[in-house]
Amino acid sequence: MSVSVRLPTILRPQAGGLSEISAEGGTVGEIVDDVVRQFPGTASHLKAPDGGLHRFVNVYLNDEDVRYLGGLETPVPAGAQLSIVPAVAGGGG
Amino acid sequence: MALYHSVLDLIGDTPLVDVSALSPNPGVRILAKLEGQNPGGSVKDRAAKAMVEEAEKEGRLVPGSVVLESSSGNTGIALAMICRIKGYRLTVVLPENVSVERRQLLEVWGADIVSSPGAEGSNGALRLAQGLAAEHPDWLFPYQYGNPANPKAHYEGTGPEIWRDCPEVTHFVAGLGTAGTLMGVGRFLKERNPNVQLWAVEPPAGEMVDGLRNLDEGFVPPVFIDNDGPALLDRKLIVRARESIEWTRRLSDVGVFAGISSGSAMAAAAKGAHQLDEGVLVVLAADGGWKYLSTGAWTADLDDVVDRATRLIYF
Repeated sequence: MSVSVRLPTILRPQAGGLSEISAEGGTVGEIVDDVVRQFPGTASHLKAPDGGLHRFVNVYLNDEDVRYLGGLETPVPAGAQLSIVPAVAGGGG
Repeated sequence: MALYHSVLDLIGDTPLVDVSALSPNPGVRILAKLEGQNPGGSVKDRAAKAMVEEAEKEGRLVPGSVVLESSSGNTGIALAMICRIKGYRLTVVLPENVSVERRQLLEVWGADIVSSPGAEGSNGALRLAQGLAAEHPDWLFPYQYGNPANPKAHYEGTGPEIWRDCPEVTHFVAGLGTAGTLMGVGRFLKERNPNVQLWAVEPPAGEMVDGLRNLDEGFVPPVFIDNDGPALLDRKLIVRARESIEWTRRLSDVGVFAGISSGSAMAAAAKGAHQLDEGVLVVLAADGGWKYLSTGAWTADLDDVVDRATRLIYF
């Protein structure tokens, strides 16, 4: 199953300049792995050495942070939108 | 009515008001905690006062001392007011693209402003402040992202106030930011009732993220990590600028004139309310609407406001 994945500016050079790509998989982890398969340059940006998500990367499934859903195991329904967003000191007032 | 000896005593004990008229689900009550009622105009009065008074206790501040902070607005304004009252000087590092009212308010309280590049957002302001702190070891750099007095102000103030006013609370919804509010209130409420759910709201990162040069410039606030944030939070949602502004406008339908991050929190609460059978959601309205008038948030064409929101820091 194919879903749409939005990439942040910082990853676009590693993905042929694209801001949105499609990737295959039934879980967040499978989709992230497919992004890495298509664009190997994104690997070190997305994955931590232990195989989890990089600590400064947040992945949102339809605007919900997957860390508070089921992490990489979170099932991804058809037609969903994944967004990869770097963690920054935003909104600190 | 009461007689207060200092404006500092007006900080905290903010009202909780029922805004359930805006709830999309009749089984779900929504209450807004109006932090704009603080004398400096935002929830940040609480953390600013706690950080300054903690430093005083430790003997790190004397009359005439310089305090330094990086802030996209409210913390700087709160510190500026408190430093003015207490006789300290304040230097604030502020991204150049914050709304004009924030700069004006800092000027009211006599703070020195150092501008950081807008494209680098709060991250850039923080980096610049860290550099200044290293150059001036005698300055006090409270560092709201890592100062335990920040969540403590909410553990001892905001959380107990919510529990006193609404022990039937089932969910607490607030912006993430430094994580001080969510960690302090969340920890307090969960100790009283472990079933209380904690929802964090994040604005879309927009250009703040575009200013990153590499991912290792990313940032997770130490306050969040030190309080075991990943385990304490139950949910984290992104709310887009359009929904935030729409909900900021809806709040005015019930007489609540609040800032745009309050609209974000209301949008998240409304989204979650659809998914619940029943509940009592307490939403933190972090500031009043005054500082956002120049953005046209209530009156200008919605598309124009949303477009401007991607360039200005509204949150």
